[in-house]
Amino acid sequence: MSAIIEVQNLCHTYSVGTPFEHAAVKHISFSVEKGEFLGLIGHTGSGKSTLIQHLNGLLKPTEGDILLGGESIWKDKETTRAARFRVGLVFQYPEYQLFEETVYKDVAFGPKNMGLKEEEIRDRVLRAIGFVGLDASVLDKSPFDLSGGQKRRVAIAGVIAMEPEIVIFDEPTAGLDPAGCASLLENIRAYQASTQATVIMVSHSMDEVAALADRLLVMNEGSVEMLGTPKEVFSHAERLCEIGLAVPQITSLFLRLRELGIPVDPATYTVADALRQLLLLKGGKADA
Amino acid sequence: MSVAVKIADLHFSYAAQTEGKPLKVFDGLDLTIAAGSFVAVLGHNGCGKSTLAKHLNAILLPEGGSVSVFGMDTKDEALLLNIRRTVGMVFQNPDNQMVANVVEEDVAFAPENLGVPSEEIRQRVDDALKAVGMYEYRKHAPHLLSGGQKQRVAIAGVIAMQPQCIVLDEPTAMLDPHGREEVIRTIERLNKEKGITVVLITHHMTEAIRADRVIVMDEGKILIDGTPKEVFTQVELLRGAGLSVPATTQLLYELNKAGCKLPPDALSTEECAQALYAMLKA
Repeated sequence: MSAIIEVQNLCHTYSVGTPFEHAAVKHISFSVEKGEFLGLIGHTGSGKSTLIQHLNGLLKPTEGDILLGGESIWKDKETTRAARFRVGLVFQYPEYQLFEETVYKDVAFGPKNMGLKEEEIRDRVLRAIGFVGLDASVLDKSPFDLSGGQKRRVAIAGVIAMEPEIVIFDEPTAGLDPAGCASLLENIRAYQASTQATVIMVSHSMDEVAALADRLLVMNEGSVEMLGTPKEVFSHAERLCEIGLAVPQITSLFLRLRELGIPVDPATYTVADALRQLLLLKGGKADA
Repeated sequence: MSVAVKIADLHFSYAAQTEGKPLKVFDGLDLTIAAGSFVAVLGHNGCGKSTLAKHLNAILLPEGGSVSVFGMDTKDEALLLNIRRTVGMVFQNPDNQMVANVVEEDVAFAPENLGVPSEEIRQRVDDALKAVGMYEYRKHAPHLLSGGQKQRVAIAGVIAMQPQCIVLDEPTAMLDPHGREEVIRTIERLNKEKGITVVLITHHMTEAIRADRVIVMDEGKILIDGTPKEVFTQVELLRGAGLSVPATTQLLYELNKAGCKLPPDALSTEECAQALYAMLKA
């Protein structure tokens, strides 16, 4: 395994030297492996957004460094510029950033800025539109005539079309209905499976990240509180509640069952796993 | 029972935009909401939830049929001001609803426009901010508040009009779990303590569980209407409408399919835990 991103002792303080001085991120170090799916969770104000804006050089560290493929993204101007193409950042409510007359032009904007040839741009736009689950027939429409969910998909396609090695999604499903959430998450999962891209996803929904991520990074007050597999992280359910995060409903149910004296695994977080354990317990009872 | 909202045979379409055909939303909708109730409206995007909300204070007017709120027909222009004062709206994004640079000025905006005398405005603003638990923040700048706090200020701005009904269109969609809980608790309190009728449009099943009545909409029609327990036990119907059920309900549903005999309506985590405990200890 090789680390694609290394965050080294990252600190970021906003408004240094003013009464509003505020350390949003404090001495964070971790690395992300190539091809990994990392879930990033933490309550509002825990430093998630500040952290992700460092990963493609939108914010400059007050202290510490960001390494991309082993090299500091702040080495020189060229490297910093390259980092912005290598790491694609899909902001929250990205549909607010649509601006072109047609969907095609909007998605092509990034690749065009990379200086690619017209045919290459066309190929990329078509692939990207496919990845986000839209039909090529939307390409000539104005993005402003589409539904909210479709607009969001166009905005995501605009980032994917740059074919970044790492894609960061900041709450990609916020405000979508359950069916829309499920289908967008499936698109993200399929995109990662077919491109082997590294994905970092910020989410408030534990259920959502638990189902997709290889590892979860939990932030609290600008520091890394936990980093591990969903199972490892959810085994600290009490601590998660203390820092203002909700654990998946199944996890809180199983915690309660344990309190009641039922020998279940408290780090359970999926319905399927819960079902398996409960049926096993019930079966064991019937045999006895 | 006194009636807050009465919708009879509502027809409504959005005018043609680019494609030429008008988009039909309602084709004969009937709905009555009792005064003082807490109703949650669920449904996938495009099912007509927000269109319904906008009919409740005459932002949109029926093409056919009628909508009346507290006995006032929304088509009667002479009643417009009174209707807007009676039914307050809170939208998804609090940033779109803030108008002033200081919290208390923002809350005072509506009563000022209604021509309320200034001593009374002072009183209403203080009461409204206390009702949402934001009184200590009255001198703060709204843009420096968290999402949940901003949304509570927006609710206070509506309460300051002393409405009889509040309609909230996905007020927690942009909030984190903590902010979401703050807002829902505030709504519950206003309903229970002040008797304000609440219509909450949401995608979060865990919020809908806290209402007295849940209405599930699909394609402009009412698909299911009942108490949370009656609604959330209809797992397959909900899935068909593009909705999910709470994880605990899904677990009970799967266990019962596998031959267990559990109450399918144990909605809260505690009820569900007790039901499972009873089964395993039996």
